[in-house]
Amino acid sequence: DGSDDIEGGSAVENEENTKETDKGKKQATPRTRRGHARGRDRHGDEDDEDDEGGMRRAGPRRHRSRRRGRAAGNEASDSDMEPVKARKNQANQKSKEDDEEDEDEKGGKSGKGKNEKKGDKKSDKKGKKEKANKKKKDKKKSGSGSDSESEEEPITEEELAKLKEEVEEKKKLIATLRNKPWKMKKKLSVLKEAQLFVEKFEGALGKGKGKKFYAYKVMMTKKWMKFQRDFENFKTACIPWEMKIKEIESHFGSSVASYFIFLRWMYGINMILFGLTFGLVMVPEALMGKPYGSLPRKTVPRAEEATAMNFATLWDFSGFAQYSVLFYGYYNNQRTIGWLKFRMPLSYFLVGVGSIGYSFMIVTRTMAKNANDDGGGDDTSFNFSWKMFTSWDYLIGNPETADNKFASITTSFKEAIVEEQESRKEENIHLTRFLRVLANFLALCTLAGSGYLIFFVVRRSQQFALEGLENYGWWERNEVNTVMSLLGMFCPTLFDVISSLENYHPRIALRWQLGRIFALFLGNLYTFIIALMDEINLKARYFLPFTLEEEKIVKYNMTIWEASLYNGTIPENSTAPPIQVDPADVPRGPCWETMVGQEFVRLTVSDMMTTYITILIGDFLRAVFVRFFNYCWCWDLEYGFPSYSEFDISGNVLGLIFNQGMIWMGSFYAPCLPAINVFRLHTSMYLQCWAVMCCNVPQERVFKASRSNNFYMAMLLFILFLSTLPAVYTIVSIPPSFDCGPFSGKTRMFEVISETLEHDFPSWFGKVFGYASNPGLILPFILLMVLSIYYLNATSKSYKEANLELKKKLQSVRIEN
Amino acid sequence: MGGSASLIPRDLLSEYQELTFLSKQEILLAYKRFSELLPKEERENACSVRVPKSQILTLPELRANPFQQRICHVFSTSEIEDGSMSFEDFLDMLSVFSDSATSDIKSYYAFRIFDFDNDGILDRKDLEQLVNCLTGQGEGSRLSSAEMDQLIQNILEESDIDKDGTINLAEFQHVVSRSPDFASSFKIVL
Repeated sequence: DGSDDIEGGSAVENEENTKETDKGKKQATPRTRRGHARGRDRHGDEDDEDDEGGMRRAGPRRHRSRRRGRAAGNEASDSDMEPVKARKNQANQKSKEDDEEDEDEKGGKSGKGKNEKKGDKKSDKKGKKEKANKKKKDKKKSGSGSDSESEEEPITEEELAKLKEEVEEKKKLIATLRNKPWKMKKKLSVLKEAQLFVEKFEGALGKGKGKKFYAYKVMMTKKWMKFQRDFENFKTACIPWEMKIKEIESHFGSSVASYFIFLRWMYGINMILFGLTFGLVMVPEALMGKPYGSLPRKTVPRAEEATAMNFATLWDFSGFAQYSVLFYGYYNNQRTIGWLKFRMPLSYFLVGVGSIGYSFMIVTRTMAKNANDDGGGDDTSFNFSWKMFTSWDYLIGNPETADNKFASITTSFKEAIVEEQESRKEENIHLTRFLRVLANFLALCTLAGSGYLIFFVVRRSQQFALEGLENYGWWERNEVNTVMSLLGMFCPTLFDVISSLENYHPRIALRWQLGRIFALFLGNLYTFIIALMDEINLKARYFLPFTLEEEKIVKYNMTIWEASLYNGTIPENSTAPPIQVDPADVPRGPCWETMVGQEFVRLTVSDMMTTYITILIGDFLRAVFVRFFNYCWCWDLEYGFPSYSEFDISGNVLGLIFNQGMIWMGSFYAPCLPAINVFRLHTSMYLQCWAVMCCNVPQERVFKASRSNNFYMAMLLFILFLSTLPAVYTIVSIPPSFDCGPFSGKTRMFEVISETLEHDFPSWFGKVFGYASNPGLILPFILLMVLSIYYLNATSKSYKEANLELKKKLQSVRIEN
Repeated sequence: MGGSASLIPRDLLSEYQELTFLSKQEILLAYKRFSELLPKEERENACSVRVPKSQILTLPELRANPFQQRICHVFSTSEIEDGSMSFEDFLDMLSVFSDSATSDIKSYYAFRIFDFDNDGILDRKDLEQLVNCLTGQGEGSRLSSAEMDQLIQNILEESDIDKDGTINLAEFQHVVSRSPDFASSFKIVL
């Protein structure tokens, strides 16, 4: 293949060149050292002057150097410092030839570049190369006479700096090459050139002191970049469900797929939360804590033992499930457990607080990223242009979806034109206004009705609890959960029907719909919480309010009961060995945290069941019905009512958000909640992907919900804030139960921190912390933050105004021209 | 090169990674899909063979796209302007349409795709043809000429900053970079 490159055609030459520079690159460094045996300096000088010329000369020159390169074999004995010596040792014949060979390469390439006639960068580079060439020519001319064996001519500092600059520029060019709108061939040749340049002169820069270190640094940088690239590849390979989502994208467009991408993101968050709770709370307790049955709080009470293993009890998360690492009540309040001296209460507290902190951080970070992508849209006046240029979704690969998309684009064009023309017409505006007011009134009625229904149901359940739950069947016991789930299912449909009265533009209608569903779920959630608080207080009404006296009374009762086993008087300072009492028989104190945890877990499970049943019945059975009964039905089922269902993006996204809120609220009291949620999201993903592909049709109005992305994130953030309020309130203000959980015995849960500071940290640390938490320090800090927010807000406003000014200026300048 | 006939040589692969927004798996997948478009005999040289436009348009990702012809012509480096693409053209195309490509390069190529007559600006004729592409092929779905005029009038009012009746690259990029949907819709993934 050495004969191939005598050809003149530029395209072929390009290809050949790229192939050969492949091999050439590998042999570049050795080759520079090799040419010494041939006497070529005079020819080299001519070449230098001639390299502005055509490619034809470059061709044969390259041909010759290729031949020589291949014939001479690999002599890689010298280190990378050879090119250094080569550049400076002008008198040395060997170096001259080396330089000439490199000049050939560069000259040839720059000639080629000229022929391509593209890109300003090219001429810049050529300019730089000419500078480098000239520098070398000067050096050559000055050094050609001498025959000295001097090792290194000193390079002046400024030349060194210039060279460094050039190398840095080349590196930057390599890094940004993929951003340039050039064809691949050009990019390849530019890349090779730049890489050769960098490789060659990087050695030159490392001369003198620390050259070995410089070479080492360069090599480490290269290795680091390669590692980064491999890691990126690995990360993209690890993303789960990519093919599924891509399939959905091509069938349904990017708005439906955005729900699944959101689901996957949630799954990631929940995996991390699961990792925290599982690894730092559940596993240490299971491995190193006291085993089941050793303490009263860890054992099923005697009264419940009979039913503890029943499926019904386990499904209800009582019995053995309740007295396990899954719930708050199981954990012991020992400061350290096991041989590792693992601080269980501290870990529990920190994991709880850390989960909340992590969730806040990641939601805010995603919001900021989305806001950046939005481009900080201050200009929303490009409606028509955006419709034209950005409305087609290139991910659509399915002809049916494409047809729908065409239809919706046409409709939206026509609508937009009509809207623009008729924006001044006031036809029937009174009727529209009346209808809208009516619709809002109906929506409010629905919300109020659902709130009252929940309240009523919760009151009833309290009544049932008072009378003892054993007397009632399944419905009464699960009334609250079922009612909440059913409301969550039917009210959004109701809102949909109401919104057809309003006659809004679909995007605005979607916003109203989302807002109403949000209010519904929020109302439901808070009614539920209030009901829970009521229930706690109700249980507390049985016992006296949680005071120390009450504790003393219960403890006294316990001691008396213990003493009765001794058959003696109440021992004041008992020295007798404690009788082994089965922990199942010890009377227990109340444990409201476990109860709260159980409620949340039950709610989550019932929600999950409701969703699955809805999908199976609402989507699958409906599709089966429409498909098979179409033959024997009076009207066309597929086009009329009920037809196939569309995928309800907003309802599903909201459901996801609110369920996550439930998890955040309850995971402090039930460490098993993130695990349950991970399981639920996992199965949800598969079930919904299947259901969407099998039973749903692409939406008729295919509009992009991408601007709603930050809307969903904002709702998630809001829900996160609201969900963590109850947990934080209980940590700070309510004393923990004295008979269960890792904080039993303390007056407040956060005291575990001060306890840790006392015992585990040196004393000066505690002092510093004490100073830092002084209100005198915290208040000025808060003031500073508020002031900086105000300042940043003012700056951003002024930037926006400056932006507008510049735009106006741009327009007026262009108009003048 | 006999042994690894079905793969790209490693150094070339790393160069492609350097020069495009694609990851290694994506490049290998692109190679696989590209060579499937070729008849069996030519699959060995997939790197240097050109695939005719008609074959490219059988790809499911491009099949339903109203701009399929323009995409092929814009990314093709064939001298005879027949829209045939080599593997490197194919990679170029996938790189621009990939998820990680910058908005700048996407808008540059979008401009070239919409420029039906290749004169470097979007004039009335280009815009009319663009609208017709977007409204589909059926006769009933096309806009009437009055609607078309009104639409183009509105668009030029919005985007033509220097009021010369045409949209050049800078104006196009200015408009499109402010759209929140552009980057996510201008995407093709194999």
